[in-house]
Amino acid sequence: MAGNREFFNRRLHSLLGVIPIGVFLTQHLVVNHFVTGGPDSFEKAAAFMGNLPFRIVLETVIIYLPMLFHAIYGLYIVFTAKSNVKNFGFFRNWLYVIQRITGVITLIFIAWHVWQTRVADALGTADVSYEMMHNILSSPVMFVFYLVGILSAIFHFANGLWSFLVSWGITVSPRSQVISTYVTIGIFVILSIVGIQTLIAFVS
Amino acid sequence: MSEKKTVKFIIARQDTPDSAPYEETFEIPYRPNMNVISALMEIRKNPVTDKGQDTTPITWEMNCLEEVCGACSMVINGKPRQSCSALVDQLEQPIRLEPMRTFPVVRDLQVDRSRMFDSLKKVKAWIPIDGTYDLGPGPRMPEKKRQWAYELSKCMTCGVCLEACPNVNSKTNFMGPAIFNQVRLFNAHPTGEMNKAERLNAFMDDGGMQGCGNSQNCVQSCPKGIPITTSIAAVNRDATMQAFRNFFGSDHD
Ligand code: HEM
Ligand code: SF4
Ligand code: FES
Repeated sequence: MAGNREFFNRRLHSLLGVIPIGVFLTQHLVVNHFVTGGPDSFEKAAAFMGNLPFRIVLETVIIYLPMLFHAIYGLYIVFTAKSNVKNFGFFRNWLYVIQRITGVITLIFIAWHVWQTRVADALGTADVSYEMMHNILSSPVMFVFYLVGILSAIFHFANGLWSFLVSWGITVSPRSQVISTYVTIGIFVILSIVGIQTLIAFVS
Repeated sequence: MSEKKTVKFIIARQDTPDSAPYEETFEIPYRPNMNVISALMEIRKNPVTDKGQDTTPITWEMNCLEEVCGACSMVINGKPRQSCSALVDQLEQPIRLEPMRTFPVVRDLQVDRSRMFDSLKKVKAWIPIDGTYDLGPGPRMPEKKRQWAYELSKCMTCGVCLEACPNVNSKTNFMGPAIFNQVRLFNAHPTGEMNKAERLNAFMDDGGMQGCGNSQNCVQSCPKGIPITTSIAAVNRDATMQAFRNFFGSDHD
């Protein structure tokens, strides 16, 4: 018996991608979408989240630790794969590669995003607010960076949900996997609209 | 003379398991209905490259010549497949032959597929009925299920799905797609089912089923049309349940 650490790590990685990280991503996109109702509406929604009791505990347990594990183990998975879309240009193989590329883009984006907002706030060099995001996104370079980062994260989550369903044996038959492909494409489109509307609202 | 058709091959050569690979080009006369093996045999008769240089005959493996043994698998124009069923008329020229480098190369196009057989041993891909006395007939299998199981049993351990898989490589110890079918097949058998937990636990161990990233190249590449990705998801489901039983305990198996 070689032990089954790999099994445990892999299943944990898969679970954390959906619960809590995927749930948090969706919540984060929806809360920020309040900006489409004007800066005040955004400040109110953000203040509600920011004033939740035990915020630092919640953030650590629901966001930071799971994200750290998923990102580090995710990088390990990325670097042990040998992509071969050149000879095997199938739809799923492309999504497989894009899943890995968007994982890495998302990692870079999230690191930058957390640095620019939360860390800056904690160091006292800036305050997280509508004002802050408006200023950041007014730079065209940053706007594009956020657009790419957000779309990567959403793609990674939506396609990840598809593979989560396979990894746990929830969608087994080919037909169920086709249906979940359509459902996850739907999730990608809907969340992308939410994300893009939010970005536009911050600058207009 | 201008009408004399030829077939051009670019073949990866490697003299020993550790030596560096190199390429040689061959041009042989065309015959109707040639397959890749008949071309290799033609080259073997007179191993001379297209530049007129003498060389050694090419090494490859073959056995059944009817796509049921899997021995002749190699990478033909970038795709892993059986060379006995690869018809020259259907291939783009020059035809490139390479070994399936996911496996250790023995020589030229011959590889060592032992890792697959070792994996089958580890997951106990058989039905243990040996003993000191006659156990009598086992439970019967419904005909419909037998027909379904027959599809999984068609696997010839050719290794094409491992070659096509981006996660079977020297950086991982993933057993590869084919093994899922066999775990599923023997767990579905009415007698084999008696060792289901043992088989699953062996497969869940490190260096077993972990590593699949759902690229689904395997099911697209399998020459036998085996529903590999359905097997993967089905075994994933069984492993989920087995993990719960292992953790929380169960009053049976
Ligand atoms: C917004 C943040 C993220 C979310 C919502 C997320 C979500 C997910 C989900 C749901 C899966 C599917 C799990 C499965 O296949 O069973 C997944 C897989 C994956 N994630 Fe993430 N992830 C995020 C960030 C990252 C980061 C930063 C990396 C680091 C590079 C990463 C790398 C990976 C990799 C490589 C896989 C494929 C795993 C596999 O095929 O088994 N992810 N992710
Ligand atoms: S599952 Fe198909 S591709 Fe894989 S080893 Fe068996 S016959 Fe070959
Ligand atoms: S020789 Fe048996 S499959 Fe080709």
